[in-house]
Amino acid sequence: MPIVYIDDKEVHLQQHERLNGIQAAARAGVQIPYYCWHPGLSVVASCRMCLVECGKRDPQTGQISMLPKLVPACQTPATDGTVFLTNSDRVREARAMVEEDLLLRHPIDCPICDKAGECRLQDYHFLHGRGQRRADIKPFTSRKRSLGPTITLFVDRCIMCSRCVRFCREIAGTSELMVVNRGAHEEIDVFPGFPLSNKLAGNVVDLCPVGALADKDFLYRQRVWYLKSHPHVCAGCSTGCSIYVDQNQDRIWRLRPRENPHVNQWWMCDEGRYGWKYVHDPNRITAPCRRQEGQLKCIDWDTVWADLETQLPSVGGWTAVLSPFQTVEEAYLLAELVRSVDPDATIAVGPIPSQGRDERFPNGFTIRAEKCPNRIGVQTLAGQLQGELLSWEELKSRWKSQPPEGGLWIAGGYPASPWQSDDVEVARRARLLVVQELFPSALGAVADYRLPAAAFVEREGSYVNVHHRLQVFQWAIRPPRGVYHDGHIYWKLLGRPGLYRSAPVLQEVAERFLAFAAAKGEIPDVGVDLRIVQLAEPAETVMTSINSA
Amino acid sequence: MDDFEPVLLANIGVENSHELRVYESRGGYQTLRRAVREKTPQELVELVKASGLRGRGGAGFPTGLKWTFLDKKSRPIYFCLNADESEPGTFNNRILMEEDPHQVLEGLILSCYATESSVAYIYMRYEYPTAWQRMGRAVQECYEAGLLGQRVAGSDYSLDVYLHRGAGAYICGEETGLIESLEGKRAWPRIKPPFPAVEGLFRKPTVVNNVETVACVKHIVERGADWFRSIGVPPDPNNPRDPGSFGPKLYCLSGHVNRPGCYEAPLGITVRELIDRMGQGVWKGRQAKAVVPGGISMGFLSGEELDCPLDFNGPGRYGCLGLGTAAVVVIDDQTSMIDVLYNSCRFFAHESCGQCTPCREGTAWAYNILKRIKAGRGRLVDLDLLLGLADSMGIIPGTTICGLADGAAWPIKNAIRKFRDEFETYIRQTNPTGYQRTDPVPAMELSESCR
Repeated sequence: MPIVYIDDKEVHLQQHERLNGIQAAARAGVQIPYYCWHPGLSVVASCRMCLVECGKRDPQTGQISMLPKLVPACQTPATDGTVFLTNSDRVREARAMVEEDLLLRHPIDCPICDKAGECRLQDYHFLHGRGQRRADIKPFTSRKRSLGPTITLFVDRCIMCSRCVRFCREIAGTSELMVVNRGAHEEIDVFPGFPLSNKLAGNVVDLCPVGALADKDFLYRQRVWYLKSHPHVCAGCSTGCSIYVDQNQDRIWRLRPRENPHVNQWWMCDEGRYGWKYVHDPNRITAPCRRQEGQLKCIDWDTVWADLETQLPSVGGWTAVLSPFQTVEEAYLLAELVRSVDPDATIAVGPIPSQGRDERFPNGFTIRAEKCPNRIGVQTLAGQLQGELLSWEELKSRWKSQPPEGGLWIAGGYPASPWQSDDVEVARRARLLVVQELFPSALGAVADYRLPAAAFVEREGSYVNVHHRLQVFQWAIRPPRGVYHDGHIYWKLLGRPGLYRSAPVLQEVAERFLAFAAAKGEIPDVGVDLRIVQLAEPAETVMTSINSA
Repeated sequence: MDDFEPVLLANIGVENSHELRVYESRGGYQTLRRAVREKTPQELVELVKASGLRGRGGAGFPTGLKWTFLDKKSRPIYFCLNADESEPGTFNNRILMEEDPHQVLEGLILSCYATESSVAYIYMRYEYPTAWQRMGRAVQECYEAGLLGQRVAGSDYSLDVYLHRGAGAYICGEETGLIESLEGKRAWPRIKPPFPAVEGLFRKPTVVNNVETVACVKHIVERGADWFRSIGVPPDPNNPRDPGSFGPKLYCLSGHVNRPGCYEAPLGITVRELIDRMGQGVWKGRQAKAVVPGGISMGFLSGEELDCPLDFNGPGRYGCLGLGTAAVVVIDDQTSMIDVLYNSCRFFAHESCGQCTPCREGTAWAYNILKRIKAGRGRLVDLDLLLGLADSMGIIPGTTICGLADGAAWPIKNAIRKFRDEFETYIRQTNPTGYQRTDPVPAMELSESCR
């Protein structure tokens, strides 16, 4: 097994593992500073911040021969016997020099810079820089220019790490960004008439180690130290990118991608990035309503609990329509709820919103046409619960010929109303219609009970993406006053004790259904592939569970 | 020395020496015709290796050895002729290409034959319009005469030569910068490994050689390795890493001498001999205060160090970076070293490609300090700051990808270490109060085009 020596520590690598000096050092808990290197981009070794001393240990004699010059750790492979000195005098001096160089013409306008607080230049300066400025160059005031509809460039803050340029070339494949001019005059720019407007453009802001590239949507809105980051999953499409939701006092300010090698690597698309605005839309429904004398009247939740508790069992013949915006746990609890009052209740899956076609980028990142996060999750669940999958279209055609006898519960969470006029007509035939939705729609207008739904950031549970990967998340912000998230409502109506927590529900689901068996126990941050367990089961079972899904 | 017969410059001065007709009438292309018939490529590589020819472009890497690094399993092999001669004071490639383009081409074809390259690119400096025309015409003449294209000189070997004109950047002379530029990208030197011999132009094995190097190859093939080794300086027995400096060399003598020009001499001629015998002494009867031994990036020799032999190791023993391009620039005793260093720093700040932080920022910072000293606002601490700055950048400390920063740092180190008195006197005179604080000066002015 290859051994790499980091200062006085040993790191054991897996056979055939290809790591560079930075990654190997990270295994030993040693942070080598770097700007230009990024695990998802090509290596240019140009910022020179990761310089280390490097040598080779002779396996026979144990003699270490060091290279005479410093090497960039990002470009140096960690192979068996490689020795990295990451904290020698020479290394510290080189780092201090690079820091000093980078700050020569930097405006140092941290007080008005959006990046302050999460800026590498700032952090590394405190860690590795000199205490005193020797330079005689007057700092610039940062010029800025727009690079595209969403991105602003603060020219003089740039440290020319060229991450954004490489991103546009290698990941987005659109090559809008480039370096113009030479030497100390170098700047990032776009060609006139070709703005930075690809659908992954927002990522350059996350990539920028300093405050040069700013997101117009976030610029000057919040200081980052007021933000709290919550790991979450994007609900924009069925890719289900791992994200961070950055919020302050239950107000979202931005979404950022969270590294997940199985889903989105380090990236997310602009549709998802800016797709949270509806969460804070003032038109959201924030109170439950009941139909009284042909009109929807707002009521309080105590009335809702009391009403539904008596009405649910009395109506009978229930149908539950799960929403692809619900988490697996919420969908399961809704199914449990209707089955508890009617053991033969029908479980269907609501309309699946779709828009355009799948968009695939050169490195494989895909924006899906299916604009909902959990189709696979709720479909699998519905299929497992009743042996066959019933889609909204099928349910509709069934009801057109044979009007329903009992109640209908339609779960929501759709940012845009998916209901067509005949949907409303068909749904209204139910004896009792309960609709959960985010915004008032034609369907909600005819409901007997219209309950406010929660947005994705307010939910807690798990989403299953298009590749059957289940990712678990907690709520990031509390719902607006007057709104309960679905899990709470179902939990309460089921009469289960205590507060709703998603984790025990998921364990229940995993115990009960083979298709969710992989979700047993602790779920890692990157999620689990639900198909892993299926492959370990006998082929016959696998086929049924796939077919039923 | 006295019986030295110039070979590289033998055709210079002959009327219409740039024409194929004239070149052939003086025995041109006979070597090529014989070599492609009688010798295999391996024999030629061995011959060049045996001759001890070292690259004339500046780094002095053994040419034959470079050719053996080629990955022969991968085809095609590209040959890049580095004619992007941009080092200040250097003009030997220009003389060769303007006055004797066929000598260069014959050497190029022989080198391509030896390395089994099928395509050669001549990367020519933008500022050489005459050389551009004459080389272009010469290539055309060679195609017409059957010396290029399919079946070179009647053999089974074929070779295509393309001329590429640079856009005026110093960094394009760096071998991987040249390759990037040929590929149509910014000339940002590549990180090595992989070396160009394994993965170079268009990710294929590539040789990059200087114009003068291939011209030497022609004469080595014509006259043999022993002839080549009879000229120059044998290896230093005390230095096991020294392969010796053999062969004739073109020295570009310029600056404050009576007769500046391009002179051919055996490697190892001393600076004094070059100035006094070739250049007929320093102009106006003055003394040499400093001499640039081989292009400004190699640093300075002081007036006391004129006995430095100009071979690949000589200038290094006197604290310079090396022989470089053998462009000897003489600076007389009436010239201010502050001005010289200011010019040098301005050049490198302008030419830094901007990829690596220490070079991009360091060269600009050094230029700023020099600008301030020159303007009479220097501080004595600036000298140590400059030295520290110079020591922090380059491939020798390992802080940059290519050697441009070393070239920028060496003049600073040499000038301040060898002429510190002059700098200190200047600073004391121009800034007599010796105040420690300075008003900030604006960074390099941004011209309108830079926005």
